[in-house]
Amino acid sequence: MRGNSVLGVIFSNVGDDLIREFTDKRAFGSVPFGGRYRMIDFPLSNMVNSGINKVAVITKRNYGSLMDHLGSGKSWDLSRRRDGLSVFPPFGSNKGDFNNRMEMIYSIAKFIKDSNKEYVLLSDCDVVCSINYADVLNTHIQNEADITLVYKRGVFPQKATRMMVFSLEHDGRIRQIRIDPKLKGECNFGINMTIIKKQLLLDLVYGCISNSKIDFDKDILQKNVTKCRVYSYECTGFNQVITSMDSYFEANMKIIDKESRNELFHSKAPIYTKIRDDMPAHYGLSANVKNSLVGNGCRIDGEVESSIIFKGVKIGRGSKVSNCVIMQDTIIGRNCNLNYIITDKDVTVKDERVLMGFRSYPVYIRKSSLV
Amino acid sequence: MYPKQSVVAMLLAGGQGSRLGVLTKKLAKPAIPYGGRYRIIDFPLSNCVNSGIEAVGVLTQYQPLVLNEYIGNGQPWDLDLMNGGVQVLPPYQRNRGADWYKGTANAIYQNIDYIERYNPDFVVILSGDHIYKMDYSKMVAFHKENNASCTIAAINVPINEASRYGILNTNPDGSIYEFEEKPKKPKSTKASMGIYVFTWPKLLKYLKKNEEDPKSSKDFGKNILPSMLKSGEKLFAYDFKGYWKDVGTIESLWGSNMDLLNPNVELNLSDESWKIYSRNPVLPPHYIAKGARVQNSLISDGCNIHGEIDFSVLFPGVQVGHKAIIKDSIIMPGTIIGDGAKVQYTVISEGAVIGDNAVIGARPEEMLNKKDWGITVIGDNISISANTIVKPKSMVEHNIFGG
Repeated sequence: MRGNSVLGVIFSNVGDDLIREFTDKRAFGSVPFGGRYRMIDFPLSNMVNSGINKVAVITKRNYGSLMDHLGSGKSWDLSRRRDGLSVFPPFGSNKGDFNNRMEMIYSIAKFIKDSNKEYVLLSDCDVVCSINYADVLNTHIQNEADITLVYKRGVFPQKATRMMVFSLEHDGRIRQIRIDPKLKGECNFGINMTIIKKQLLLDLVYGCISNSKIDFDKDILQKNVTKCRVYSYECTGFNQVITSMDSYFEANMKIIDKESRNELFHSKAPIYTKIRDDMPAHYGLSANVKNSLVGNGCRIDGEVESSIIFKGVKIGRGSKVSNCVIMQDTIIGRNCNLNYIITDKDVTVKDERVLMGFRSYPVYIRKSSLV
Repeated sequence: MYPKQSVVAMLLAGGQGSRLGVLTKKLAKPAIPYGGRYRIIDFPLSNCVNSGIEAVGVLTQYQPLVLNEYIGNGQPWDLDLMNGGVQVLPPYQRNRGADWYKGTANAIYQNIDYIERYNPDFVVILSGDHIYKMDYSKMVAFHKENNASCTIAAINVPINEASRYGILNTNPDGSIYEFEEKPKKPKSTKASMGIYVFTWPKLLKYLKKNEEDPKSSKDFGKNILPSMLKSGEKLFAYDFKGYWKDVGTIESLWGSNMDLLNPNVELNLSDESWKIYSRNPVLPPHYIAKGARVQNSLISDGCNIHGEIDFSVLFPGVQVGHKAIIKDSIIMPGTIIGDGAKVQYTVISEGAVIGDNAVIGARPEEMLNKKDWGITVIGDNISISANTIVKPKSMVEHNIFGG
């Protein structure tokens, strides 16, 4: 499906409000995940692995680290003369404060219109999964659908806001869309991946904007669910929707599990990320690591159990790190004890410190803090 | 016209490295994996970039496929440039016939056109078989200061090993008065590192002169340098201090990998100011399982470790089974080690499969006769079936089936 007919559009800030601790200094798309990745690596790699080679990333605020991560798009093979990666910071004429999908799409309407693609795939950055969009597109075409929405069947994610729940016909057509309903048990909830014909998207967005309607979910999807042919596609396989600090922590812990890891990182659809030339992880004489994922450039002299250790982390002798997510370049001194802790980038934990969280309440330590 | 590049580097990467046996069967020596995520050629290439040299010619000849693919457009080293960058230079056919590179000097001679188009002042000649970090710009500055025709990088070696190297005998000011190739009775401990800086017009003159001599073996060490010295050119030795290791033999390749685990060895690959760049597949972080035990080792991305690892270097994507034991060994990318296998003092090349409970190599102290001991080597993509015993010092080139 090389050079196919789909334009990918990624919203890198949607979700910023969900975990404010992380997005204080960065866009949701550049939140670190899984030992070496950033959240945006998942939608980007899935698109590239599905043959999509023109991708627009829309950013709203705090996009420094995201821009640094994406660069020219080289790591995803998106640094090209034809097509490739385009990053859209807020645009002058749009007052710089557009904060919903409708206005974001409107702000790049000309770019979308001028692209030589027939379809547009819209995605957020809050789902960790491996999904084949070529398959979604095929389903979309087979169904002769106007819009196809990807959903997950399961228990409604906790603390989620603005979640769409679908009622389906037997053939997968969506009968009804409800937004944030009060529900118990399993349901089909949308994970904000949408395939739509380019022209239809533009017509709908122009129509809404001219009527001052700016809610993409309500004014486009919900309103047209009966007028248009709106179909669904179930995302099976490993997928984790991140809506809160707890679900972020759980999703990290899940990929320690072998089955999940094999589903997420299978060799035919690698997850690409920016390369940092670290040396391999170095284990010292007193290192003792069990059931953990460890990135390059680490220096481990202590004990680690059931944790995710990002690139360039140092753990001193006599320290014990259990059930933690330790982000890149964190330095943990000697004889520390950490349990259920999430440290952001560049945190320093001095010798003899004891930090304890709980499974249902992992404690977060801000970027560049000194403990 | 090409804009001028004041310094052009020429990297001699065509050698077979026959002393590395099965490791170089399908691979030129500079392409051999090193240190968990590098290949040997990453060192001279990264040194060039870190020294500000932006035009690098890589001369290939022996088994160039992997090396060519690895270098590619030079992007990992920031050598995909509009002016300059890295250029792979294989031997080629010209109107008066085709020739292989007949010696190090001949290889450069055949690529005079490549060098000339940058109109350089200096040419740096490098080889692709050493592990070291060096700022070539300092050496070029030294060369300029002395107004030399040629400067040779030299490292102090123990006097009892000096007879294995090309030895530079120098005056107190650092100028060379004699060049001895592997002398029986060395007069100095300054060994040539095979790194030369030449003033380009001088080198050009001697390359042409040397090419006309039918008796010459077209080699820098044997012909060009002695001939320059004889003609009274100024040759200087540039003293280098730091880690430098020739990895031309199995023992030295193994030893240099082990040096990375030794805190007393001054080769730091995580130094931000002098990074060693490499091209690697994107793999997830490595996984250490519940029953595993990893100490004193380097482990790379994509590894899955269930066994016990001690004093070893594991490259990306290596799988180690339950209760497997790996000690004092080097395991190259993608190799799979079965459950209960025991691997000691061994170098295993890429993509090999070691069956369950196989025993590969041994510790020297386990041997009755120390003479039978040596590093064991397993070639790339070799399968060794379960329960097989592979003796120390063996070099396995073919699959082994049946215990």
